[in-house]
Amino acid sequence: MFDISIPALMGQLLVGLINGSFYALLSLGLAVIFGLLNIINFTHGAQYMMGAFVAYFLLNKLGLNYWWALVIAPLAVGATGVVIERLMLKQLYKLDHLYGLLLTFGLALIIEGIFRNEFGSAGLPYSMPEVLSGGFNLGFMFLPKYRAWVIVASLVICLSTWFLIERTKLGAYLRAATENPALVQAFGINVPRMITLTYGFGVGLAALAGVFAAPIYQVSPQMGSSLIIVVFAVVVIGGMGSIMGSILTGFGLGVIEGLTKYFYPEASNTVIFVIMAIVLMFRPQGLFGQR
Amino acid sequence: MNFKLKAIVAAAALALTAHAAQAQISGNVVKIGVLNDQSSLYADLGGPGSALAAKMAIEDFKAKEKGLTVEVVSADHQNKPDVGSQIATKWIDSEGVDVIVDVPNSGVALAVNQIVRDKGKVFINSGAASSDLTGAKCSPNTVHWTYDTWMLANGTGSAIVKRGGDTWFFLTSDYAFGHALERDTEAVVLKAGGKVVSKVRHPLNTQDFSSFLLQAQASKAKIIGMANAGGDTINTIKQAAEFGIAKGGQNLAGLLVFLTDVHGLGLDKAQGLILTNTFYWDQNDGTRAFAKRFAAANGGKYPTMVQAGVYAGVLHYLKAVAALKSDDGTKVVAKMKELPTDDPLFGKGTIRVDGRKIHPAYLVEVKKPSESKGPYDYYKILATIPADRAFRPLADGGCELVKK
Repeated sequence: MFDISIPALMGQLLVGLINGSFYALLSLGLAVIFGLLNIINFTHGAQYMMGAFVAYFLLNKLGLNYWWALVIAPLAVGATGVVIERLMLKQLYKLDHLYGLLLTFGLALIIEGIFRNEFGSAGLPYSMPEVLSGGFNLGFMFLPKYRAWVIVASLVICLSTWFLIERTKLGAYLRAATENPALVQAFGINVPRMITLTYGFGVGLAALAGVFAAPIYQVSPQMGSSLIIVVFAVVVIGGMGSIMGSILTGFGLGVIEGLTKYFYPEASNTVIFVIMAIVLMFRPQGLFGQR
Repeated sequence: MNFKLKAIVAAAALALTAHAAQAQISGNVVKIGVLNDQSSLYADLGGPGSALAAKMAIEDFKAKEKGLTVEVVSADHQNKPDVGSQIATKWIDSEGVDVIVDVPNSGVALAVNQIVRDKGKVFINSGAASSDLTGAKCSPNTVHWTYDTWMLANGTGSAIVKRGGDTWFFLTSDYAFGHALERDTEAVVLKAGGKVVSKVRHPLNTQDFSSFLLQAQASKAKIIGMANAGGDTINTIKQAAEFGIAKGGQNLAGLLVFLTDVHGLGLDKAQGLILTNTFYWDQNDGTRAFAKRFAAANGGKYPTMVQAGVYAGVLHYLKAVAALKSDDGTKVVAKMKELPTDDPLFGKGTIRVDGRKIHPAYLVEVKKPSESKGPYDYYKILATIPADRAFRPLADGGCELVKK
């Protein structure tokens, strides 16, 4: 069973990295939202799905291609996020985390239900942009161009987000506002608006991941719900709220999952949760989290 | 006053006759429970469409005019055997459900099969594929209507081996259905002189198949047999195109592909796939009329063979109930086996002693986009497998109901 061939293993590692880039993008958005708003955003999967659907509609109703979708979908879905934050989440900041979780979970079920009712569960096809179809023959595997693009794009986005929050003045304001909103407000910064925009940004990241996913997977209402639980495990392992933690764990776990699919495929959808259980036992704050 | 009295007498008389007609019907209502996946990867091929099909069967049977009160309830088993078992038990024990229909996902179907048998009710399976339901796990209370893994293997598997696809790699959904389909197809491939190079099992409802496709490529098998269904099949086919499977000289064999899967993929991705089914809407006037009516009430989505099987199964069940004037489960199934079947969707047929419904199967090829003339015009029929050869011979199933 364990006849390991190096080329096959290299292929699996690369494929793992590709999946990891989705995990990283999604868990990054979650980490930003949790770190700065203290909201456990269970709507994230639904927002990822909405991003893919926006891409589908842009292409099929308005004739706007993939590259437009990369810009418009995050803005459009991010805007719905802003509305949700203003109308609903805002009321919950003073309460326990649990209320935010319940609200966003309920919203996710409603959104997915509406989409399923409208579009069915088999989903809709989204074709790959012409430039990115085809692939490279790496000798040990055939790497589709599109997947290579997803890895690169997601790395760039993840690292710039990290830079924005951890290394710029704006990021410093944001972090300060979560520590002590009253004080930051006293310095003349509009904290509520900043928080609203942060939620919109996190949601936009989810939508962007959705656009990345559209050509690979079927654009279907349940595409988010099958991913969101794994992504939560990634966030928990990385440490709730840690930006770099969620990026590294996202990529890392993608690789581990890829290897599991090679050595023992039956366990490939549980391996991440096994790791989560172990991490919680020995380091409850997560690998990169601080107490 | 006089008018009122008349009305009361009339009502009483009506109630009496109605009562007489329904003496043997439990609770005076025949209650049909449609149990399937209503929210996940199998929801389009069965789902709410199956409940609609059951209601259409009741309408077409003209149950009311025959003095039968028939109700339909439906529920989502979420592809979890424990959830499905709970619903089935609750339906039968406290809600007076007489017959459970559809139940795609063989894992859930095998659980429901046992519960219905223990409680002496009726199970008309359309959605689940495992041939064990009329083999090792056969039951006097179960009818397996639409298709099964043996039929799929026999149809698609042997057609592909005949076309030169003699080395196989199996990509199998890791539960009862996938295992049964892989087993039955492997038997056909080996019997036809083919070889199985390797196999891999993936969890149900997987998004990303790239790892498995890389393994399939490395195996160098000519045929990648997809022993999975619904959303899993769709994702496999999409991603196989991306990884250049066809360009590398390997071919995909969709062992179970539904009309809704082809619709979800689009013809440009699905064209050329060879598959076996037992119902296609564009076969004759009867099927076309049904499909048009069904689609109008189903948001434009055409019926799959699973939904067609629910319609035909319910229709035949009601005929048996009416003939027997009873809804006693075990007796009704015996009556269903005794009566020849006849419906507009599957034509004339029979139900064997092991519960297997017998009708022809069709080997079809998915059309090219240029060949398709309208919505859901997807298949051309390559061959008809006659009813007596479409399903596993009675003696081979190992069903205890078959006298040796």
